[in-house]
Amino acid sequence: MRSLAEGLLLLVILTDFAVLSMSRLSACIRAVAAQGLLLGVLSLVVEGAWSVHGIGLAFGTVTVKAVLLPWFLRWAIREASVRREVEPLVGYMASLLLGAGALVVSFAVAARLPATESPPLLVPVALATLIIGLVVLITRTKAVSQVVGYLMLENGIYVFGLTQSRRVPFLVDAGVLLDVFVGVFVMGIVLFHINREFDSISATQLSELKE
Amino acid sequence: MPGPPGSALLSLALLLIVAPLLPGVAARTRAALTGRRGAPVHQLYVDLWKLLRRGVVYSTTTTAIFRLAPVAVAATAVLAAALLPLNGTAGVLRFSGDALAFAYLLGLGRFLLVLGALDTGSSFEGMGASREVAFASVVEMGLFFAIAAVSVMTHELSLSGMFGAPREAGLRAGPPLVMVAAGLFGLLLAECARVPVDDPNTHLELTMIHEVMVLDHAGPDLALLLYAGAVKLAVMGALLVTLVVSRAAWPLPLSLAALLAGLLGVGVGVGVVEAATARLRLLKVPLYLAGAAALAGFGLVLVVR
Repeated sequence: MRSLAEGLLLLVILTDFAVLSMSRLSACIRAVAAQGLLLGVLSLVVEGAWSVHGIGLAFGTVTVKAVLLPWFLRWAIREASVRREVEPLVGYMASLLLGAGALVVSFAVAARLPATESPPLLVPVALATLIIGLVVLITRTKAVSQVVGYLMLENGIYVFGLTQSRRVPFLVDAGVLLDVFVGVFVMGIVLFHINREFDSISATQLSELKE
Repeated sequence: MPGPPGSALLSLALLLIVAPLLPGVAARTRAALTGRRGAPVHQLYVDLWKLLRRGVVYSTTTTAIFRLAPVAVAATAVLAAALLPLNGTAGVLRFSGDALAFAYLLGLGRFLLVLGALDTGSSFEGMGASREVAFASVVEMGLFFAIAAVSVMTHELSLSGMFGAPREAGLRAGPPLVMVAAGLFGLLLAECARVPVDDPNTHLELTMIHEVMVLDHAGPDLALLLYAGAVKLAVMGALLVTLVVSRAAWPLPLSLAALLAGLLGVGVGVGVVEAATARLRLLKVPLYLAGAAALAGFGLVLVVR
């Protein structure tokens, strides 16, 4: 069970790096969807015992993170007719290096945190996903890819929450999922309207005031 | 230190003999998967024999470096093979730190090949040389990540020590090993000038990397370079096989059979990759290499943790 959890966590990290290095927006969305699926399975594996709480949480996670949100983002791309490239402010190579740095930092930090009984990789992977999500959020100009970054950030928080899965009640998890869902929904609609008003969803143009 | 055991010499000789089969296996797999018949598996032997009987023409602009390059490339490849524990327990040569010597022997071979290419004064060869060096800088980083990861796992600095001991001693199957092996396969494709990075079959000088550097070599020189390329593929393949499957406790015939089967597997794997993927644009190659190096580096991070 433990080695399965470790394998899943490594796959989560690999999807992080996939998002960092891929240039196509739809590929990024697919990677985040895969990450959502992994997180759903992971919550079951980490829980160990089959409980209604665990299965419900896994099911909700997979539905929201791997099915609904990616579908919605794809819809947003199609409706707003976004160009396919991600257009990073920092090159792919540099963002890969930033990701590698984030990985090293999170492993170093996690070694100093008090140990939990959960799999040892859980905390560093959570931190790395969080930081890499932040990197994506900061370095990409397309609003859709910023949403992808936001999702990764939230995935990191979710993984971190798995360390406390015995203590955090179901309602809190469900509330977080709902928050993210609503948040992404609102972002998508705002995106759509920004695109209609300004013919572009590049975040750099949002800083200029227009009549 | 006792002299090299006979089994080590035997397995080195075996590797050197079967090495030219590997490019043939890869080419045959690629041909089969893309619906062609392809050249016979032993094509490279025939090519080598044909080239060995030919004469050589040296341009008047070239110097001794140009003539040295093929010999040096072949010699470094064979020496690197001698450092690997091919029989499963020990290499023909072994000393503390030979893992670094292994990486730098490959580097030395590449350096001399590049010098030979620059020596011709051809602009195409210069272009190929600059690309080769630029990509090699990332490949080398990844190779060192992989070596460091295995070294930390086993507390050894010698290839024979790392791979020759039974698996319980430290090098265990697990996520780090998978990461390192996957990264190493990605680097193998770059190191041996195979498809996502370079295409051995390309005929356009503008897009060549490795092939363009050997354009001006002919006859026995070219034969040496082709043979060295095959040995390099076999060496990287053998490194990968030794990393994945521990043969330390196996009897020699079984161990050698496993090595051959593993090499065959690597050849088929290269062929499958060549059939399944197109060559990357030159601008994308560093990203691919950084990805492969990052896999190996990730393995290192997991081990050091």
